[in-house]
Amino acid sequence: METQTQTLKKETKVATEKMTGAEAVIRCLLAEGVDLIYGYPGGAIMPVYDELYKYQDRLHHVLTRHEQGATHAAQGYARASGKVGVAIATSGPGATNFVTGIADAQIDSTPMVCITGQVGSHLLGSDAFQETDIIGISTPITKWNHQVTKSEDIPAVIAKAFYIARSGRPGPVLIDITKDAQFGELDFAYSKCKGVRSYKPVPETDPKSLEEAAKLIGKAKKPMIVFGQGVILGEAEAELKNFIEKSGIPAAWTILGLSALPTAHPLNVGMVGMHGNYGPNKLTNECDVLLAIGMRFDDRVTGNLETYAKQAKIIHFEIDPAEINKNVTADIAVMGDVKNTLAQILPLIQPNSYDSWLQEFKDYDTIEYDKVIKEELYPSKESLSMGEVIRGINEETKGDAVIVSDVGQHQMIACRYAEFTKSKSNVTSGGLGTMGFALPAAIGAKMGAPEREVVAIIGDGGYQMTIQELGTIFQTGVPVKIVVLNNDFLGMVRQWQQLFFDKRYASTEMVNPDFVKIAEGYHIQAKKVTKREDLQDAIKEMIACKEAYFLEVCVEKENNVFPMIPSGASVSDIRLE
Amino acid sequence: MKKENYTISVYTENNIGLLNRLSAIFLKRHINLDSMTASQSEIKDVFRFTIVIKVTEEQVKKIVGQIEKQIEVIKAFYHRDEETIYQETALFKIDSKLLFEERQIQNVIKNSNSNIVTVTPEFFVIEKTGRRREVDALYHKLEPYGLMQFVRSGRIAVTKDKMHISKILENFAEETV
Repeated sequence: METQTQTLKKETKVATEKMTGAEAVIRCLLAEGVDLIYGYPGGAIMPVYDELYKYQDRLHHVLTRHEQGATHAAQGYARASGKVGVAIATSGPGATNFVTGIADAQIDSTPMVCITGQVGSHLLGSDAFQETDIIGISTPITKWNHQVTKSEDIPAVIAKAFYIARSGRPGPVLIDITKDAQFGELDFAYSKCKGVRSYKPVPETDPKSLEEAAKLIGKAKKPMIVFGQGVILGEAEAELKNFIEKSGIPAAWTILGLSALPTAHPLNVGMVGMHGNYGPNKLTNECDVLLAIGMRFDDRVTGNLETYAKQAKIIHFEIDPAEINKNVTADIAVMGDVKNTLAQILPLIQPNSYDSWLQEFKDYDTIEYDKVIKEELYPSKESLSMGEVIRGINEETKGDAVIVSDVGQHQMIACRYAEFTKSKSNVTSGGLGTMGFALPAAIGAKMGAPEREVVAIIGDGGYQMTIQELGTIFQTGVPVKIVVLNNDFLGMVRQWQQLFFDKRYASTEMVNPDFVKIAEGYHIQAKKVTKREDLQDAIKEMIACKEAYFLEVCVEKENNVFPMIPSGASVSDIRLE
Repeated sequence: MKKENYTISVYTENNIGLLNRLSAIFLKRHINLDSMTASQSEIKDVFRFTIVIKVTEEQVKKIVGQIEKQIEVIKAFYHRDEETIYQETALFKIDSKLLFEERQIQNVIKNSNSNIVTVTPEFFVIEKTGRRREVDALYHKLEPYGLMQFVRSGRIAVTKDKMHISKILENFAEETV
């Protein structure tokens, strides 16, 4: 029976060039416009590395210090640039070290192509040295994966990999190439993949759904938008802004939707979800029409589904049909790319404004400011807060920086308080919650958006999960700014222990090393701040620095992040203390 | 919502690894498969999986959504039992001595609408095709005599409705020309 690979091959052009499979891998990447990849060499991928040596003037390879770092760097690159990130590793442990990054990219819909070497095809299944079934392992966490055992299949498979990774709802793709396929020769010709017959990246938009949605919006008294990363992935920021401004509907965002709409926009009403803002969470359960735009109703957004927006009609703008009615039933599903659907619905709606409804958000803002925000940004206590560090960074960067955050309390504080003027500026591990994400992701983000300031905000726990990537920063000289908010605790877990486990702080206290010395060991300029009066100058110095810079800020050990929706509670049961 | 038997028909490309990808969808949701069969379909180069699970309709809808999301899945459908024509096949291996020592067994076989596939001096094999309860009924009748081996296939099913796979494939061919 004819396989798809064979079908695809038939479509390739006739003019060919003889070369090895390994060289073909490089030529495919170049043909896809790739000029930067992250990886780590090893036995089963050596033929490709040998070709990388020859092509180093055209294809830059960044040697990370761990394969996980390569995947996160590729993710950071993709998130900041909008292009496909590429990571490469050897078989066995090289491939298994990719797993966390791939799973992270899958749940956060990040376009990434991972290439792994594999033992020779004659050794497959023999438990050979560094053989692991990475196809089997990565199946549930990839959008697509494929093992190549024949050199001549390489161009068509890589073309398909890039097409699948970037089209529709993006995601990670893994290509596993046996060593003999890398060594073997083929007649090389490359043509980009234009389609896969069993795969429809963007569903058709039913014009009736747009009309019905417009009609419902027209009748709404208290409509509310919640937008997600779909807006950023679809590059629909302008369409979203136009839609929000014409409709006059208050717009809240999910953690991954952050930065798609400038922080200062008058209709930006803040973040939804577990540590989101008070108003949008409360009013989710009071709005009459909820417009979900490019978001997937994650449980951290919805809290208890039984009590989530039950009073509201739901309009779901979505590219992935499997997301419709998955967690929240949509009254109207507007299928398609939000860049198109938002543009198409715009002429169907009337200009409007909802002043008294918007005032309800503002009233909640005032309550939240008095109870939470004021103390977080301008603490009355002697110890430093995470929030005032973010405020200090805002002051120096004017909201123009890419903020890369890790996972935990500092992440929630960064996402709540960082100010943004541009899209693709918030890089964080949302769905998987991968501690250790930020340092390598910041390296990728800076390389993906070299003209922009990139500031990584990391906790003392997550920092030590991928701290070895300081070596990558030193070797490449990539000028990322690293801020570790050190509370000597795994702060978010400690917060839960305090609130829900009677303060039994099991294994959350950290005895930390001298982080400044470690950074200096990598020849990275470093400073530690323990007092408020030194903070702003240190941030200023860090932002002014043309090279990489490490700033440790010792913050209050036992602060909690509020507001908070306790796990399993309703969004409207959000707590301020 | 009530749990029911659903037959999921999945039309796919014929690629290594797809079986793993499909079974992972059930594994992730902690759903046990009643049966899964894979075969060629009525269309050249298109494979077909027939999966039987007992879940609620809401669950089966979401599962079909996740299945269709897989790149190499062309289309997936779900049907209730009454919407399909379905069969299973079972093989019974029985000691040949029983044919002569236990006269009653001959009547059981005669009345069961089964076929004798092979007879050797040591054993004979009968094949029974039908619905699960028919196969089970025969099993319960033969089991007291002692079965040397028993095996039953997964369900295979065709639907009463049309499934427009060829049309999907033709549309794709037109779009990409």
